[in-house]
Amino acid sequence: MHPAPSIILFTALSGLGFGLMVWLGLMPGDKGAWVAATFCILALALASIGLCSSLFHLGHPERAWKALSQWRSSWLSREGVIAIAALASFSLYGLLWVTSGTPNTLVGALSAALALATILCTAMIYTQMKTVPRWHSPLTPILFFAYALTGGALLAGKVTFSLWLLAALGGLQAFTWFKGDKAFAAAGHTMNTATGLNPDAKMRLLEAPHSGPNYLQKEMVFRIGRKHSQKLRIIAITLLAILPLALGLLFEVKHMLAGILVLSHIGGLLVSRWLFFAEAEHVVGLYYGQR
Amino acid sequence: MTSLPQSTEKSLGLVIDLDTCVGCHACVISCKEWNTGAYGAPLADVDPYGAQPVGSFLNRVHTFEVKPAEGPAAVTHFPKSCLHCEDAPCVTVCPTGASYKRVEDGIVLVNESDCIGCGLCAWACPYGAREMDPVEKVMKKCTLCVDRIYNENIPEEDRVPSCVRTCPAGARHFGDLSDPDSGVFKLVEERGGFDLMPEQGTKPVNKYLPPRPKQEAAPEMDVLGPLLAESTEGAGGFFGWLDRTLEKL
Repeated sequence: MHPAPSIILFTALSGLGFGLMVWLGLMPGDKGAWVAATFCILALALASIGLCSSLFHLGHPERAWKALSQWRSSWLSREGVIAIAALASFSLYGLLWVTSGTPNTLVGALSAALALATILCTAMIYTQMKTVPRWHSPLTPILFFAYALTGGALLAGKVTFSLWLLAALGGLQAFTWFKGDKAFAAAGHTMNTATGLNPDAKMRLLEAPHSGPNYLQKEMVFRIGRKHSQKLRIIAITLLAILPLALGLLFEVKHMLAGILVLSHIGGLLVSRWLFFAEAEHVVGLYYGQR
Repeated sequence: MTSLPQSTEKSLGLVIDLDTCVGCHACVISCKEWNTGAYGAPLADVDPYGAQPVGSFLNRVHTFEVKPAEGPAAVTHFPKSCLHCEDAPCVTVCPTGASYKRVEDGIVLVNESDCIGCGLCAWACPYGAREMDPVEKVMKKCTLCVDRIYNENIPEEDRVPSCVRTCPAGARHFGDLSDPDSGVFKLVEERGGFDLMPEQGTKPVNKYLPPRPKQEAAPEMDVLGPLLAESTEGAGGFFGWLDRTLEKL
């Protein structure tokens, strides 16, 4: 699939923002008004910037409001509705916290639940795609939760939690890559099932339907950079898990180092999210003799 | 609106005969011609005379080489457009309700004024039946020529999809696939019509008819050879005399 920068930024930043909301909502800790305000604004800003960047992906962003209507059937629509509810609930939580000095447990729990639901909806947009076997797996939502909670814990300064989560996330990501590499073959889609022709025959595309590229190939049969995927995986997992984990275990995590940990993790997150799209193979490629 | 109907009154669709299709692409061109001036936004082309032309089409013809385990290889031309699936995954993913399946005839359509151009329906379609228009930025797909098949302003024989009307080989058939008395239903029964990628669970309405297995090639027979070989046998007249005389020298 085509790794559109707007979608990579959207899933990465909104994941971090909603992940931070979960931690702030459930474990606000002892914070002064200014510190609390800073954390809350950071969470809201990340989530909102993420959601706004997703609008750049649309052909008609001016009609985006219509996407809130089909929550009964569409995960994308559900995501929009629940994300707005989460932002509203968390804004109220932040406002109450900063003004009264103590966080409201009930509103905090509600905000955390809505933030988790938003992360699930984002993940389900990809998980529901039967056409992309690599995504069509329970590992996709698990991975999205792991990323959001790990990034959120790092941003929230929950050092012990984040170290455990970094280790778990690293293992989970490696396992997901391992399983994902076999997903297309396991789903059993071939050029023969795609065309319904002789299942035992050896098939190849003799003539493409058109000499130039088309929308489907650009969007679904993205192949650039796949040959470097192994190197990119190593870079991603080093930045997102191994480096922050090693630094966190070796040194006491204080302001400057915490910043480095967060930046390293976000860098790794962006590379892994790029791979999430670039490596995903759509079954329509079979009609083009490509994957 | 993006929920699928429980059932449809009819299941209008196409039956495509892979045995008959000659791969001329006439259906592709007639589809583009009709649909660029009919329902919805025109089907745009970008840089049509340049080095990298790109455009939206609702129908494409792929050509495959099929080499069976035994016997000679065959070439199969493979036209592909929207299959108007019963369980259309493109409809349920739509966040705005722009994509829908009609209860009255089962046609899957896009209401372009509601389409936000997110492209999710194209991702959900296993068949590559949906293409984003490069100029209008809305999703385009086969309408089964909904503006022809019910159109009382055109002659009755033209009230079929443009691709069906134009196919010079008669490889495309249109009708109600849920009606056991329809020609298309019988054709599918007789010829063993099949679904594309049944493992995706989309239950396509459109069916494909299999190509006949290619016969083993007959033993080689030289038909023209003897006629083309140089021979003067039986030559008479002046040239016959010349031939005989020169032969003696």
